[in-house]
Amino acid sequence: MRILRLAVVVALAWAFAAVSPGAVQPQGHPQRIISLIPAVTEMLFAIGAGPQVVGVGSYDNFPAEVQKLPRVGALLDPDIERIISLKPDLVVVYATQSDLQKQLERATIPTFRYEHAGLADVTVTIRHLGNRIGRSPEATRVTQQIERALDDIRQRTANRRHPRTLLVFGREALALRGIYASGGVGFLQDMLVVAGGDNVFADVKRQSVQATAELVLARQPEVILELRGTSLTDEMRRKEISVWQSLAAVPAVKSERIAFIADQRTVVPGPRVAEGTELLARALHPEAFK
Amino acid sequence: MTQPIRRRVLVAILGFGSLATAAILLAPLAGSTSISLRKAFDTSIPFSDNVDAQIFFVARMPRTLAGALVGAALAAAGVVFQGLLRNPLATPFTLGVSAGAALGAMLAITFGWAVEWGGVSAVPIASFAGSLGAVAIVYALARARQRGLSTNVLLLAGVTLNAFFSALILFVQYLADFAETYRMLRWLIGDLDIASYRPLLGSLPLVIVAFLVFAWIARPLNLLSFGPVEAETRGVDVTRVQRAAFFSASLATGAAVSIAGPIGFVGIIVPHLVRLIVGSDHRVVLPASVLFGAGFLVTCDVVSRTAMAPVEIPVGVITALIGGPFFLWLLVKKA
Repeated sequence: MRILRLAVVVALAWAFAAVSPGAVQPQGHPQRIISLIPAVTEMLFAIGAGPQVVGVGSYDNFPAEVQKLPRVGALLDPDIERIISLKPDLVVVYATQSDLQKQLERATIPTFRYEHAGLADVTVTIRHLGNRIGRSPEATRVTQQIERALDDIRQRTANRRHPRTLLVFGREALALRGIYASGGVGFLQDMLVVAGGDNVFADVKRQSVQATAELVLARQPEVILELRGTSLTDEMRRKEISVWQSLAAVPAVKSERIAFIADQRTVVPGPRVAEGTELLARALHPEAFK
Repeated sequence: MTQPIRRRVLVAILGFGSLATAAILLAPLAGSTSISLRKAFDTSIPFSDNVDAQIFFVARMPRTLAGALVGAALAAAGVVFQGLLRNPLATPFTLGVSAGAALGAMLAITFGWAVEWGGVSAVPIASFAGSLGAVAIVYALARARQRGLSTNVLLLAGVTLNAFFSALILFVQYLADFAETYRMLRWLIGDLDIASYRPLLGSLPLVIVAFLVFAWIARPLNLLSFGPVEAETRGVDVTRVQRAAFFSASLATGAAVSIAGPIGFVGIIVPHLVRLIVGSDHRVVLPASVLFGAGFLVTCDVVSRTAMAPVEIPVGVITALIGGPFFLWLLVKKA
């Protein structure tokens, strides 16, 4: 009799599990969020969901609060065991992490898919994230701030001549090798446009272009902006700028309009993207910010 | 006996030499941009204002010469390694030289070493140092058990070291951040865009020394192909020749990889193609491979620069894409 009752319970549970929708719909708003992507972690904190974040990715370092949070891997090496052990009710994953998504689905943990795209997508993502975690008003406020700040930069740079700009985001130390520059799509390109620059690789419809010496000479940039996520000393900065001297026929080299912007805000498409854009704009049009 | 071999060497040098010369002279004319040669050579325009001249002399020439030097070094090193190990599948990268070089380069990229020495930056220096380290380890292992140089131990030690260094490389990549990982991957594919003559000047003396040794060991390598015992009875100091072959071919490989990364396929396809054409006498195969390797890599680089311009196809992809089918075609035709 007891066995029969047990069997009925098991069968009912089975049936219930079978008819319930595949993804578990969270009751209420997520209270334990894990974000594997620095840009989204910043967004969560910006819309006031910082206290709900219980785990972050290996490369997260802003805001300072993330230093105290458990690390759960990153794009290529998400630590699924740690993620599950933190009992999250929402995990932000990158669009290409399909294995992780499947595993989380099996563990019935809801996910939020994210992918880097253009500048406009930053505010769109913040709004979606706000809806998902029940912080729409905060999300709206943050996106309005970003849009206002971007509009302000646009206005300051709109009527100035947009110099032909090479936007470098990676290069071998002290050599003109392995130069990676922004192509004509993606948030770096969009930031450059708002900041009042005309990308020399705007016609290449890719996020990144390997800029060979020939391409740099042929495209004749008037300004070279180099973005770095990490700081560098004045001496290194001087040395790195002098490396470009071997391409003397490039207008930016001749007029010494080469700037290093060593600031995370320029390379993370998160809520500080307007600040990053302003850094670019100040480098391109210092007179517009007097 | 001497007359025919001299003639064969001469014919090979003239034939492959004209191919290589044509490739080196024509390669700088092609690129993602069209330039005016008249303007490039117009001395009335100051060099710093002459874009065409800079594209020709700063972007294309060093790149073409790098292709020639790297192609020549890898092809000849391939011939020597195949002769030394008496194994047609040996490549310049079989004995761990390139894995050591790669580990050095990966460390330089991960830790962002920003040193410079005579105009050569940290990555090539670290890569060359890494290849020297690998050579030293493999040599010490091959010498440890017996007085001579055991090619079997050499091969096993080299292959094992390759695997071990690959594991270390993966570990270093794992520690690196995402942008660096991408740059490492790019280094491992190989790239000739050096934008300066300095790295060439650094590597050229090393390659020349290696080539001089190659010239000296060409004949002993022929005798070695009958086996070490046979070679010994014909008066070859086998250990000495093996040692010379190992160090010179490793030197050429290390110098080439430090410039351009481990560009694959050149070191195996060129020697075999050349042997299919001129036979297996090292006195002919070596100079022919040097010249053909140079012309081959320079040509592959032209394709890499122009096929999808302004986006580049890595030259290592081109060497495999052109080399593979061509090699198979020649193999079938010969059979």
